[in-house]
Amino acid sequence: MLEPEDRIRFEQLVLPHLDSAANLARWMLRDRADSEDVVQEATLRAFRFFGRFHGGDARAWLLQIVRNTCYTWLGKNRPAELMTEFDEDVHQLPAANPETLASQADERQRLTLALESLPPRFREVLVLRELEGCSYKEIGEITGIPFGTVMSTLSRARERLRQTLTVAAAKEAF
Amino acid sequence: MSCELAQTTIHGYFDGELDAVRSAEFERHLERCAECQSALAGIESLHTRIQQSNIYEQVSPEVRDRIRKQIKQAAGRTSATLESSRRKWFLAPTFGALAAAAAVITIMFFVIQPRTQSARITAELIDAHVRSLQPGHLMDVQSTDQHTVKPWFDGKLDFIPPVSDYSEQGFPLVGGRLDVVDGHNTAALVYSRRKHFINLFVWPYREKEFNPDNSGSRQGYNWVSWQSGEMRFCLISDAAASDLRELKDLIHP
Repeated sequence: MLEPEDRIRFEQLVLPHLDSAANLARWMLRDRADSEDVVQEATLRAFRFFGRFHGGDARAWLLQIVRNTCYTWLGKNRPAELMTEFDEDVHQLPAANPETLASQADERQRLTLALESLPPRFREVLVLRELEGCSYKEIGEITGIPFGTVMSTLSRARERLRQTLTVAAAKEAF
Repeated sequence: MSCELAQTTIHGYFDGELDAVRSAEFERHLERCAECQSALAGIESLHTRIQQSNIYEQVSPEVRDRIRKQIKQAAGRTSATLESSRRKWFLAPTFGALAAAAAVITIMFFVIQPRTQSARITAELIDAHVRSLQPGHLMDVQSTDQHTVKPWFDGKLDFIPPVSDYSEQGFPLVGGRLDVVDGHNTAALVYSRRKHFINLFVWPYREKEFNPDNSGSRQGYNWVSWQSGEMRFCLISDAAASDLRELKDLIHP
């Protein structure tokens, strides 16, 4: 049962991590408006489950809920995006089109498109590590990827991002 | 790529996730392996590129506000449901079904409403007290002189808070600030008691108060609140409850 002091504790412990939640959701869903809805839903859900939070890393705890809510949302609204995980080496999402990428003069935009073109499972580890600065242990907690596999997943994700950016740069040269 | 380490271990090394032994081993390997050296440079430059691109998405103030509001609502709902079910259980056997229903409705309006409302206000006050203790938040006007603090509130509030210094009784006034409680601009006077700070919140409260005097303790903070005329007073501190009562008796003997 949530008491008034639980709300205060929630506001002190969990709400400071709303930026992290918004950032993860935005990259998972590749859309600002959709991600705002999901962050809202996930935070409310976290509040309802707050009784189950027994101290520890509040950011990882919130991000885990945000991540799960993102996947549920994708499964419901854009199931095709989750299918790409099975043939991640063949299939590329529309934004990855090298011509589109190369034509982006703006570095920020280029990086955005390249990151968005990666499969969700690569995108999440990159966002958590490179933007959020999470440790491997935290990444494992949030994504459910076994601790021993975080490093290799991250390695493949970085390699894919690097390739995507290189292809774009090569196209631009012509 | 042919070097196996260049594919995975190097990432653990770059991210500082290898233990000391493996890290030292890898460094020895790195000195001799050109492939790993160039892979490390690649990881580094990708990292720098991402850091400099400014692609981190922050939550918008609108969404933050919306979430805060929703959580307040959700918190209000759970405590209201709890109260009403407790009341029903007590009253139903005493009156007939109709009377019970009427009583429950009456209670909802006159008892539960103010009760949950005062619980909510208390939660807000504790919030405000905790916030005030964060660096730089305690005082807008810092003075032990009541004749400095009192005029400071002029024109900032639509009421005049009573400002007195109780140094001689062991509660020196140290300053004041503006706060918001229950949607009202509120005067917050800060007293000190030995090494503790005490916030006195004063705001206009014209609704009929069911339980005018109350006090309690939550999260290690004590509070005493009371009504005087159309003003509501609340003292909050981590100082002893007896200290708060003593100060209350000084303010309203």
